[in-house]
Amino acid sequence: MFSRRLLLSAAAGIALIASAGAQAQAPIEIQWWHALTGANNDVVVKLSNDFNASQSQYKVVPSYKGSYPDTMNAGIAAFRANNAPHILQVFEVGTATMMGARGAIKPVFDVMKESGEKFDPNAYLPAVAGYYSTSKGEMLSMPFNSSTAIMWYNKDAFKKANLDPNKPPKTWPEVFDYAKKLKAAGYATCGVSNAWGTWLLLEQFSAWHNLPIATKANGMDGFDTELRINSPTHVRLLTDLVALQKDKTYDYSGRTNNGEGRFTSGECPIFMTSSGFFGNVKANAKFDFGMSTLPYYPDVAGAPQNSIIGGASLWVMGGKKADEYKGVAKFFTFLSDTDRQAWLHKESGYLPITKAAYEKVKAEGFYQTNPGRDVPVIQMAGKPPTDNSRGLRLGSLVQIRDMWSEELEAAFAGTKSPKDALDAAVARGNAALRQFERTVTR
Amino acid sequence: MEKRAIYSHKLLPYLLLVPQMVVVIVFFYFPASQALYQSFLLEDAFGLHSEFVWFENFEHVLKDPDYWLSFVVTAIFSVAVAGLSLALALLFAVMADGQIRGANAYKTLMIWPYAVAPAVAGVLWLFMFQPSLGILAQIIRDRFGVDWNPLLNGTHAMLLVIMASTWKQISYNFLFFLAGLQSIPRSVIEAAAIDGASATRRFWTIIFPLLSPTAFFLLVVNVTYVFFDTFGIIDTMTGGGPSQATSTLVYKVYNDGRAGSNLGGSAAQSVILMIIVVALTAIQFKYVERKVHY
Repeated sequence: MFSRRLLLSAAAGIALIASAGAQAQAPIEIQWWHALTGANNDVVVKLSNDFNASQSQYKVVPSYKGSYPDTMNAGIAAFRANNAPHILQVFEVGTATMMGARGAIKPVFDVMKESGEKFDPNAYLPAVAGYYSTSKGEMLSMPFNSSTAIMWYNKDAFKKANLDPNKPPKTWPEVFDYAKKLKAAGYATCGVSNAWGTWLLLEQFSAWHNLPIATKANGMDGFDTELRINSPTHVRLLTDLVALQKDKTYDYSGRTNNGEGRFTSGECPIFMTSSGFFGNVKANAKFDFGMSTLPYYPDVAGAPQNSIIGGASLWVMGGKKADEYKGVAKFFTFLSDTDRQAWLHKESGYLPITKAAYEKVKAEGFYQTNPGRDVPVIQMAGKPPTDNSRGLRLGSLVQIRDMWSEELEAAFAGTKSPKDALDAAVARGNAALRQFERTVTR
Repeated sequence: MEKRAIYSHKLLPYLLLVPQMVVVIVFFYFPASQALYQSFLLEDAFGLHSEFVWFENFEHVLKDPDYWLSFVVTAIFSVAVAGLSLALALLFAVMADGQIRGANAYKTLMIWPYAVAPAVAGVLWLFMFQPSLGILAQIIRDRFGVDWNPLLNGTHAMLLVIMASTWKQISYNFLFFLAGLQSIPRSVIEAAAIDGASATRRFWTIIFPLLSPTAFFLLVVNVTYVFFDTFGIIDTMTGGGPSQATSTLVYKVYNDGRAGSNLGGSAAQSVILMIIVVALTAIQFKYVERKVHY
């Protein structure tokens, strides 16, 4: 008898809990995996909190998953284990890999259409949206934090070396000249340097000089693309830098952005890296700093062209429920809001992703009061992009960048000539491209 | 008559073995068989398409000059780390075993590094030796005039990962050597001392041979350590660079598989690595063990 009563009360208890749950309507959780740290992580958390506070139906849960490659790999591994997040932040380098996996992702234009959210792909800046769209103009992922590479310089150091702090060097020969003077003025261990070795010295350098990184419009027009980063102009830059590396007028700072601290600490007075570095510089640099466009070789025809974007976009993973996709679509609409985009741009140094946001920030007079903040926009959109500067879409690019880094390091260490290093970078990269082509085109 | 406990149960020994076998099957045989299967496939990162390609992955790996380079790197790295960590641990253990003030404090401190995760150890050492921020890097540069730069100089990078990996493993070796030393009967050593044998001679003729089972066990464990567990240290400190100066076999397995999404190639490498470690262990048991006195 006792056991029966217990069973009944237990059943009643369960029923009670179930009905209580139905009444409270727990919000539908949307998992968002990202790779942003420091000031940019605060932005992610604020965006999620603001969205969650704005409605009660959905709850966006952001989780930091490590570096860009770590986050992407975590997403891939989770997909294989049927445990993928709804939204995965993938850096621009992983774009081709994500596009090649049509069964694993749900294109953003589909998500928006099925959820009935208002969505106009033309509202987005073409230089940004184009990177993440098919040749038919279908947007596959949602641009989020788009940056481009620019040149940062230490105005106090310029004054110390008797250089005009309001006249940053424009060309590579000028940069070398400035770096030598800065070195002589006490910046002995580093006159000029850069983060993201291959992104700056090979990818951005190519686009900025209107040179192909690879055939087929840098891979945008097909997976059967071949690398072209061993042209005489590429060899010329590497030869110049290798010569300056000997006495540290130029000093290599590694493969990632670990070396960015060399600028904020005041060690390197000229430093090239992402425009997304802004929040960090503002918080940590104890000197007056400036921003300028990337240097170019003035005798190269067509230079400067335009730089390409970096940063990351948000991919929606496949195999989720329809009402979850609805929440994702609502969140994307929330992100694209003009005021929110304008705030994001002013706060973080990333590019505005919608035209309206850019116009709004411009109309507010923000660029007049904050000189230099429009450098990334001007650099990106100054000239209509060519096939060489529209973007970059190479499979296995994460690994190919490692190969390129290895070859650049061999050249800087003096174990290979610049020409041999770049030839090897092309040969090894092409082998990886062919491997990728085989796995996606079947 | 000899006294013996006899268990008539035929099943009991097997039952007692079950928990251990489950652990080995779940954590070793199952993943190993998966790796073996994967090494015959050509697959995209997401596992959406896959094709059975027989030995193509192995062919690809063995034809790759970078793979052979990482063999050389691994050989240098493993000999240096295993050799140094065994020799230094033995030295410290012999010293800590003597009659010294505060022996317990030393012993405790010596064991601490073992509790540090490899990735954390890597970051710690990186902080000290980072060319522009590291305190020790500045001393090396200013006092000794060496242009210390593990970001570009392969030898410097190799020294750095060897130091960190050795530091991390000394604790473990120290612990076993100390236990081994303490189990050697004092009377044997005292008898030798009375016979007039010097400390050095006592060490090489009595202590070292009696320690040989411990040393042999540690050799096997250390070889496995350098082949597999040093991955975290290399990843955090150098990422296999500069160029490919610190890209060991296990690091390459990770880099090709995770960063490169080339699962087949990576699996083929791990199968090769597995064969190498099994072969090395077999050799150790066949030839080195003969010199061991139990």
